[in-house]
Amino acid sequence: MSDPAYKRVRLARDKDRPTGLDYIRHIFDGFMELHGDRRYGDDPAIVGGIARLGELPVTVIAIEKGHTAKERTFRNFGAPNPEGYRKALRLMKQAEKFGRPVICFIDTSGAYCGIGAEERGQGQAIAENLMEMSALRVPVISVLIGEGGSGGALALAVADRVWMLQNAVYSVISPEGCASILWKDAAKAEKAAESLRLTAEDAQRFGIIERILPEKDLGRPEFYAAIRTLLSEEINELNHDPERTEHRYERFRRIGVSAVTKESL
Amino acid sequence: MALMNFLKPKNQLEEGGRTSAPVLRDTGEPEQNCPNCHKDIPLSRLLANHMVCPCGHHFRMKARQRILMITDRSSFREMYASVKADNPLDFPGYTEKVETIRTASSENEAVVCGTAAIDGRKCAIFAMEASFMMGSMGSAVGEKITSLFEYAAEYRLPVIGFTVSGGARMQEGLLSLMQMAKTSAAVKRHSDAGLLYVAVLTDPTTGGVTASFAMEADIILAEPGATVGFAGARVIEQTTKSALPDGFQKSEFVLAHGFIDSIVPRSGQRNCLSEILKMHEGGQSDE
Ligand SMILES: [Zn+2]
Repeated sequence: MSDPAYKRVRLARDKDRPTGLDYIRHIFDGFMELHGDRRYGDDPAIVGGIARLGELPVTVIAIEKGHTAKERTFRNFGAPNPEGYRKALRLMKQAEKFGRPVICFIDTSGAYCGIGAEERGQGQAIAENLMEMSALRVPVISVLIGEGGSGGALALAVADRVWMLQNAVYSVISPEGCASILWKDAAKAEKAAESLRLTAEDAQRFGIIERILPEKDLGRPEFYAAIRTLLSEEINELNHDPERTEHRYERFRRIGVSAVTKESL
Repeated sequence: MALMNFLKPKNQLEEGGRTSAPVLRDTGEPEQNCPNCHKDIPLSRLLANHMVCPCGHHFRMKARQRILMITDRSSFREMYASVKADNPLDFPGYTEKVETIRTASSENEAVVCGTAAIDGRKCAIFAMEASFMMGSMGSAVGEKITSLFEYAAEYRLPVIGFTVSGGARMQEGLLSLMQMAKTSAAVKRHSDAGLLYVAVLTDPTTGGVTASFAMEADIILAEPGATVGFAGARVIEQTTKSALPDGFQKSEFVLAHGFIDSIVPRSGQRNCLSEILKMHEGGQSDE
């Protein structure tokens, strides 16, 4: 907790951090990518498909930022368009049909702010994911591995369990955006980062995530092996909870309740 | 073709910023300058016409005025009126800001909820309040809207909602972001119970509200000339470094792209909503 929050923001954005595809490749076996939203296009910023977690078939979805300059451009720097969210939802519905758990890896500064994205209903795409994920009948685990940028991250995080890497951040707005709106000064981003409570510890304290994943071995085989074990155990537990979907509703239902006052009339 | 008036003058509605509230001018009688026709309109005349200029421009309207305009006389019963946001993050200046706005707006929060009747048909209704931190959604707004949908599901009522919002309330950080998921889950349950939800998007409906309950209705209506979108126009210009097309993110533009069902001027809203409620009477669900 001694780290200033903005240092976490820098770490979360670090180009050398493992990206979504690194997690897919190292945690799962036999990943087969499935493309397209069946509506308009295929968004390279979101990768999805089927794979095995140990022996268990699962659906995996990841926001991908890319490593090299070329990859990053191709992936639109991990800023999804509506097609990405619609592809993700298509794959989640497919997972529900075949009884597969869904695992999402999230790393985005936010949903893409573009003319085409607006024309094709960015808001509607995110809204539909929130609504449908809340009632998905299969287990859903979402892991924030880097940046958790606002609605664009939440659109893959209406899950039974939400985990964060130790240096991942999760925020309603970027610290720069917050600082420029509130204090007309993007340079006050450090202050904004503190004020927004965007670290993993903050998110856990507010009941928004269940688990913080240590980064001691980040990117090493034992790092991925540890996550593999945790995912298997958690899915096993969720599979044994017949009230899972109800509990997911309650999980989100209670957030913010203690942040309001209801005076008796 | 009257609607085309809102598209023709190139983004005149946006001049001075998309959230600009017209300034009250003291010329004996209070007047408001219309950003569309640029005439000074006496406030009394605007009030008598539900805040619509003779040229057709829709000014912002208070949540309670809207509810009165739409519902049967004396039918509105307010709910959750006392729900207020605290300052859960100890965000600098938030407590003071909210207190000032509470006093100035005479509202506890950015949404008014309750039940009412339209031509005798009961419904749950919410209307967001632009003068309260631009209708931003924090924990209190999320809690009130979620509770309203839960109540409506329990008592099998349709929901009618008027949205106006700049998005999530950043001073409540992640807690406000989570309200998007919380409200969406409640809308889903209400929907899965076979019940009707009609949203009326008013100027502006953006950000986290667009990306949650504004876009989740069975029937989505919008007011003429309202800004409806996810990202802010300025952010998009900065990100893409390109000029925005004419009428970008106006309700007419959003209609043309297939994301809303119809544009309904204020004068026709009561009848339209009444008709919709009537058509969904008795046909609900399989229970
Ligand atoms: Zn006018």
